[in-house]
This record gives sequence, C-alpha cells and structure tokens, in this order.
Amino acid sequence: MIPTLDPPATRRDGLKSSRRVRRFSRRDKLVLALMVGIPTLAHLVFVWVPTAASLLLSFTSWNGIGVHITWVGLKNYQLLFTNYPAFLPALEHNFIWLGFFLLIPTPFGMFLAYQLNKQIRFTRFYQTAIFLPMVISLAVVGFIWEIIYNPDTGLLNSLFGTNKPGNYIDWLGNPHLNLWAVLIAASWRHAAYIMVLYLAGLKGMDPALPEAAAIDGANEWQAFIRVIFPSMKPINIIVAVVTIIESLRAFDLVYVMGGNNGAKPGLELLSLLITNNIVGEAPRIGFGSAIAVILLVISLAVIIPYLVQTFRKERVR
Amino acid sequence: MPHPFAGRNIASLPGGIPPLSRRTMLKGLLGAAGLAAAAPALAACGGSSSSTSASSTDSGLVTFGSNGSDAKPKAAYAAALAAFTKQTSDKVKVNTVSHDTFQNTISTYLQGTPDDVFTWFAGYRMQFFAAQGLAHPIDDVWQKIGGNFSDATKALAKGTDGHYYFVPIYNYPWGVFYRKSLFQAKGYQVPTKWDDFIALATKMKSDGLVPFSWGYGQGDSWTPLGTFDYLNMRINGYQFHMDLMHGKQSWTDQKVSDVFSHYQQLLPCMQQGAAGRKWQDAAQALVAKQTGMFTLGLFVAQQFTNQADLDDLDFFAYPEINPTYGQEAVEAPTDGFMVSSKVKNLAGATKLMEFLGSAAAENAYLAVDNSNVAINNQSDTSNYNALQKKAVDFISKAKFLSQFGDRDSDPGFVSNVVEPAIAKWLDNPSSAKSTQSTIESQKSQYFTS
Amino acid sequence: MTTSQVAVPRTSWAEPEPVAASRRRRKLRPARVILHVFLVVTAVVWLIPLLWAVYTSLRSYSDTTTHGYLSIARALTLQNYTDAWSQSGLPMYFWNSILITVPAVLLTLVFSSFVAFFVSRFDFRINLALLMLFTAGNLLPPQVIITPLYRLYLLIPLPDFMNPGADVLYDSYWGVIAIHVAFQAGFCTFVFSNYMRTIPKEISEAALVDGASVWRQFWQIVLPLCRPAFAALATLESIWIYNDFFWALVLFSTGSKRPITSALANLQGQYFTNQNLIAAGALMTAIPTLIVYLLLQRHFISGLTLGANKG
Repeated sequence: MIPTLDPPATRRDGLKSSRRVRRFSRRDKLVLALMVGIPTLAHLVFVWVPTAASLLLSFTSWNGIGVHITWVGLKNYQLLFTNYPAFLPALEHNFIWLGFFLLIPTPFGMFLAYQLNKQIRFTRFYQTAIFLPMVISLAVVGFIWEIIYNPDTGLLNSLFGTNKPGNYIDWLGNPHLNLWAVLIAASWRHAAYIMVLYLAGLKGMDPALPEAAAIDGANEWQAFIRVIFPSMKPINIIVAVVTIIESLRAFDLVYVMGGNNGAKPGLELLSLLITNNIVGEAPRIGFGSAIAVILLVISLAVIIPYLVQTFRKERVR
Repeated sequence: MPHPFAGRNIASLPGGIPPLSRRTMLKGLLGAAGLAAAAPALAACGGSSSSTSASSTDSGLVTFGSNGSDAKPKAAYAAALAAFTKQTSDKVKVNTVSHDTFQNTISTYLQGTPDDVFTWFAGYRMQFFAAQGLAHPIDDVWQKIGGNFSDATKALAKGTDGHYYFVPIYNYPWGVFYRKSLFQAKGYQVPTKWDDFIALATKMKSDGLVPFSWGYGQGDSWTPLGTFDYLNMRINGYQFHMDLMHGKQSWTDQKVSDVFSHYQQLLPCMQQGAAGRKWQDAAQALVAKQTGMFTLGLFVAQQFTNQADLDDLDFFAYPEINPTYGQEAVEAPTDGFMVSSKVKNLAGATKLMEFLGSAAAENAYLAVDNSNVAINNQSDTSNYNALQKKAVDFISKAKFLSQFGDRDSDPGFVSNVVEPAIAKWLDNPSSAKSTQSTIESQKSQYFTS
Repeated sequence: MTTSQVAVPRTSWAEPEPVAASRRRRKLRPARVILHVFLVVTAVVWLIPLLWAVYTSLRSYSDTTTHGYLSIARALTLQNYTDAWSQSGLPMYFWNSILITVPAVLLTLVFSSFVAFFVSRFDFRINLALLMLFTAGNLLPPQVIITPLYRLYLLIPLPDFMNPGADVLYDSYWGVIAIHVAFQAGFCTFVFSNYMRTIPKEISEAALVDGASVWRQFWQIVLPLCRPAFAALATLESIWIYNDFFWALVLFSTGSKRPITSALANLQGQYFTNQNLIAAGALMTAIPTLIVYLLLQRHFISGLTLGANKG
C-alpha cells in the first residue's frame, strides 16, 4: 500500500473520514454534479413529483378528460369512507393479506432458510425448486394458478370432484373463498422470496453463536429464538418491510386472476380500486387519487421507520 | 455486529460469485449500450401489424384502433378493411388491443394518441365520449350513408348535441338460446310467458339438466345485466328502463324491487360456480348439452365451432311478464365506429367511415363473423344462415331497441357501482333491498346533471 | 470463514460449516432423514403448479376436452407451443420486452452506480437525504403515481424518431424505460452504495494522491471492483423489469408495443377456453427468465442478498 498523506483514522469498515482536506477541481465538481444530478432529477420527476401531484389531485374532482378540474376539499375522502362500498372491504383485505403473509409464508420461508442452512446434500436442488416462482412474472403466476382453480376443468376441482352441479367449489368466484385462493398463489411466491433473504442473512451470521448456545445447553428451538433470531435484526427488519410492502402493493396477481376487471366481490384491494377509478372507462381521478393517498400514507407509515432505523447508523459515524 | 463484508476478499462473498474479467464486462456493456442506442430505430421498424411504415400523416394511411381481439372479429375487421383498401387503394394501419383492455383504457386512449378511427358502441356510452369532445362529428359522412339506415338507427348514431358521431357496422339481438335437438328430444316447448318459462326450467332440472348456462366471472361481470335489462323492460316497460339507466328513476323504486324478485326466481336454475366462469366456458356447457338455455347475445354462436352444432342453435324472445309490454322491446347492441377528435388524417378517416357505412363493408365483415347481423338495409342477407335470418327478422319487428345495460348508462356508474352490486347480490339473493339502496346512494356521484 | 476451535458437544444442528472432508460423517440420523423427506415433499409440492401447467400445455385441446384435464395424456405434443408462437404474435411481444428490458437495465445500473459512488465515497451532507429519497421511492406502490405520471407523459414531447407517430412520451418505449429506471434506481443505488462502502478508502486516497480526477476514480478504480454487484444486479433487474406488468399495461395504448407479460391478456382474449394454448403461451413467456435464473442463479441470489446484508 502506498503510504498516505495523513495517518488515516480508519475504523474496521474503513469509512471513517479523516482530517484530510478534500479539494475538487472544477471539472470534478461538474462531473459529480452531473453524476448525481441527472439520476436524482429523473427520480424526482418521475416518482416524487407525481406523488405530490396525486396528493393534490385527491382534493379535486376530475373525470380525466380535458383540464376541467374542480377543487372539492375533503369531499372525496368523505365519500370514500361513507359511500363507497368497495373501500372498507379493500382496506380489510389488504390487512388480511398482510396478516396472512406475516403468519404463514414469511415464517415458513424463514423456517425453510434455517433448514437449508444446514449443510445437507441436495440443498441446491431444494433451493432452486422452491425459488422458481420468484423468477416468473406475476402475470404468469396468475395464469398458472387460474388453470388450477378453474371451476370446471381446474386441477383442484377435477381432483376433488367438486365441479359437478350440487357439489361445486368456485375458488375464484366465491367471495368468501377467492381471497384465500389468491393468497395461496401469492404465498407460493412470497415464501420463496423470504427464504432467500433469510438464507443470505443466516450465511452471514457468526457460526460461533449457535455453538455457544449449544454449549449453554440450549436445544435447537431455544437457540433459535434466543440467540439466532435476535442476532439477525437487520435481516428481520428487511423481511418485515418486504412483507408489508408486498402486501400493500399486491396488484398484478389479483388483476390477472380476477379477470382484468378489478373490484370483484371478495377480491377488492386498494391498488385495484385505484386502478379502477383511474384507468377505467370513465375515470374519477380525484376519487382514485384519494385512495392512492391513503395507500401512500399507510406505506409511508412503514417506510419511514424503516429508513430511520436503517440509516440511523449513518449519522453516528 | 461486524460488517459482513469487512476485511474479506470480495470474491468470497455469500453466493460465491465467480469473477468476471474486466474485458468481458466492458465488452458486454459496450455491446449492450450499442443495442440500447439502436433500440428506438429498431422499434420504428418492427412492431406494427400491417401495411406500410409510412407515417400516419400520409394522405393514404388511416389508423384504426380496434377492440376485436378475439379471433373471429379480428379476421372480420381485417376483411372489411381489405375491401376498403381494394376499393380506394388507401391503406389502413390496425391497432388491435384486447377487448377488455380497450374499453378500460378508452378514456386515456382517446386523450392520448388515439387512432383516427376506432371501434366503439352506440348508446349513452357513445354519447358520453362525444359530449366530452373526444369524438369528431361526422355529419358529412351521414349525408352520404343516411339512406341506408332506419330512423331508429339514425337516432342511435347521434350525440346529445344532435350531430352524428357514430357509424354502425352490425348489431345483434339478445335472446334465450337453446339447442333444437335437445328440446325436441326432451319434448320441451318454447315458452312465451314467464310462468311457462319457470315451469320449463323446473322440468329441465328434474330431467337432470342444468336449466341455464351462467358465467359472469373473470371480467365478464356484465353478463347478468342482460337478464336484468330484459326483466326490467318486460315488467316495467322500455321507457322506465331507459330512465333508470339514465339516472332519472330511483333504484329503490318498487318497480326495481319487482325486477329483483323475479330475478331471484331464476337463480336456483343457474349453473353453479358462475362467479368464476367466463361466458365462453358457460357457452361450452350449452354446446355440450349440459345446460338447456343461455340468455346471451347472438355472439354465443362464435362458440359453436362445429357446423352441425351451429345449425342446431336457435333462440327465442325473452318471455312476456307484463302483458302491457309484451315482448315489444329487444336488446340489440350496435357496434360501430367513431372518429377521434385527435384525428390526424381527417380526409382518410372520412373516406373510411363512408366505406364502413356502406353495404360492402358489412357484407365483408359478416362473411367472416356470422354471429352478428347487418344493420344496413342494403346489405346482402342472402348468405345468412338460419340464425342470422331469424335475428334480422327479430330486430326489425321490435318496437323498441335497447343497447344493453353498460351501453345505455354511464360507464363508470355501471362498472363501479351496478356490476359489483349485482355480483354481490347474486351471492346473497335475499339482500335486494340493500343492493338497491347502495346503487341509488352512489348514483349522484355519476349523474351530476 | 472462521472455524470454531472450541470443543462443543456434537449436536447436529450446531455443526459448524463447512465440515472438513476427513471429518464427514456418513451417519444418517433420523432427524436428518425426516428433514430430507420434508424438504423433498416441500420442493415437489412447490413445483406442482408449474408442472401442472407444463403438463397441460403439452396436451392437445381435443385430448383434454374429451378426457378431462386430470387424465393420462393420450399423446404429448408441442403443437400448443408452435400455435402460441405463430398465431398470437409472440415473437413481436418478446422483441418488445427486449427493447424495454435491455436499455432499462443498463440505464438503471449506470445511474445507480453514479449516485452510489457519490454517496458512498464522499462525505457530503446531502448523502443521507439522497439515499433515503431513493430507497423510499423504490418502496412506493406504483398505483400511487400513475395518474399524474400518465398526464406528465402526455405532456413531455419526444422527437419523432424516438416515438414515430406519436410525439409524446406516452405510448413510447422510452416512456416505459424511463419509469423503470426511475423506480428501480432506488434499490440499485442502495445495493451499490453498500457494496462501494466496502472498498477500502485507501485505494481512492491513493488515487487522489496520484492526482486522479473524480471520474477516473470512478471509472478505473471503484467500478471494476463492483463487478460482482453489477453482475448480480443486472441479473436481478433484468428479471424484474422483464416481469413487469403494470407500467406497460397503463403506459402503452398500442397493443403491438406491449411487452410479453402485458400481452398475455391478449392471448387469453383470443383463446378463451383453450387453456392448453394459454398455458403454453404463459410458459413461453416465463422461459427467458427461467433460463436466466438457472444459468445465473448465483448472481440473482447475490443481487437480492447484497441488498439485504446491510450491516
């Protein structure tokens, strides 16, 4: 290593800034400005400006045609909560989605990751097989599961014989069943996602930890709960955030399985309602934006603590 | 916790990434960058379905947006347009979008970069977009083609401002379809009154048939409206039905309750699992003689691909319920074309519309897709099969023509309020009162005038 | 990786990895057997939906109509695949997918590496805000921004050669590419910045001593060291952008410009009841991603985990 000018006061991750004075040439400054300016501008223009615009639009009434926009204050929100039959079910379903994900595919994914972390043969095969759903498009996942759920010719109904009059199970049509049917298809994918994230985290874990727990006489379950799980805090946070965000974002799968038409009884979701009202035949932009803002607020309630948590360490440096 | 990557050789990270040589990576990046730069040029070459790559401002090229994504309509439109090109040597560039997507994105489509001419439907749905200034008036076209159409049709083609906006290509009736051979074999008689209708359904059930094909799932939530419309017109008359659809009558009216109670009588006879079934699958059950009847439009014939089956298909008018109104109203949706207000080639579009309003266009179309019937009184009906002949007769005898629930009303109202409400009601048929009040309370959000 | 020198009771679950070859036990403990059985069953169950789709796609329509879908196939055929390929314009849609995915991935990687370089190698006060901005932007549900975005796209003009026929960003490949880049940049920036942080400061300081400009630092020193991250993210992003459904659905009005995933709806409209054909079409859509995945699995997974393993 070439000796540097000052003795750098480096920490183990090499990021501590030293007392060195940094001087940039004008050209350097220009390059830096462009390097960060253009992407940031693009990001702001295409993501954050529309977000702000959605917020503004939620206070207006507009049918999306022309520029005849009228300001209506909180009327859209009022209508949403009092006179839109699909809204409260949609909210409920999003939370059911979240609860289901947190209770079933996420722990299952973690469980799989833990088991696959043990040095066993064929681990590569198991991982590949289980992870496959993650790489195919949600639209394709929707088609695959539609073939399974089809009331007349699907795999399930053919298997159980429930496609005869008098003995019918309508997986995707029955409003009491269809959300769960879709959730199974979504979990098929989600568990795989969580498995990979958790597996990576486990691989980065200090192997001395479980050994130390074993010395202390803990059995496997106790070691996991008391030692391994707490030590994976950053990964746990990521897993939680991913689960919550995916539940809020759920759209593609339900759109495809619900027949491209949004807001089927039983399958109402916030993202579908927004699309219905905004991309429909006669859009109600203000109204749809109000729903979008509610979705935004719920998302931010998750995103902001996550950001604070993750980047808090940065400030400490 | 120690930083996972601290002090480690980067190449030994979890996942064990094999190192890429710098040269390979740079080559890859450059190659891909070259491709990226060439992408738009390549995009200009590929990606269009027919005809020249000339820009649409050429006097010869007209753009045509179509929702005919199913195989037959697609071929039929192509045939009609080919006839146009043959006659005028003007080329047409077709943009086909999936049926449901076309309708769902029509508002953004018309305000964005629409084609010169596009397929659409007559009725309130057409008038709505014309009133928003998204369609170009075509009075000049109608001066040429007006003589070919009945007054009822002319009324359908006008916007609320009295100008013409729409050129029809075909229409088709809704009726109760059945297979003649099945009725003959079981000795069923075609019912003309409601009580006979219900009795027939009950008999079918005891004979082990499912009386009615039924499928409104997977995006087909409009199918129950056909039955609703007919029940409303039979019980309360055409005028009340139109007023209800135009937001002028209350949905909580006792008249509407009567409709729902009659509808409820039909439900035990419907195919189960309909909420998850497309109409095409329901029609297959009719083809397979698993069901006895299907209340649908003439397009159900598209599912009868076997000629023998098609010859066996027949329909009857929806039975009478209230003698005052008899069977005088027929639901006969009319499909056709409009010119977008952002038309680029108005001269070409006008020519195309004139052609499309001619008998030649209809003949060309219907030669391929015989699940519809012509509306132009000059059209050649000699090649019609028995079903089509009956349909023409049926429509021409009707005193009133309705367009179908989702075309006779505000599209947002129907798709966001009525359809979900009816779908919910179908799952819980005793809840008609709350269904009606739900629809009524949201009505004001759509019919503001 | 460190191996523990402490003598521990021989508990199977705490066995350090990797076990040296000489100490490998070939004992099949019951616990291990159960574990294997469980994993095999899980893997098989996991694959069933996919296998069912494959099975359905390999049968002819008449076969399944006559004998039902849950039956032994009388004959297996690739006819559905050839039909889907030739009759529904799949080649065109595939090409559209490529036209969108390749530039989008490249631009995303380039832009994110720029920003990551900025925030990770230098101590500017704005760094934290930038990182938070980008990360939050990636986590937003797309439906939140779609209407203003659509309006914006109708307003932004585009020279004719970039979007022949229409002269706005709407209904253009560049429009869809742009939103992908803007959206995915967050995740990639995050991952790149994590990665770049691990590059010792001494290296760039040495370059500074040598009088290297900022650009040279980036291009010649930092970037080559990020090759693994590039590979990983390129794989991941290619699959994600290829699989996108929503943006293309809304931002394209011309049916023939849509990428393959959004165009599947067309297929369903055309072939309503022919599930075999639809299955074939859907699987063909998935084939590129499956191939990329199977070949580059390591990269794909490390792309996900590089983002996860933030200290």
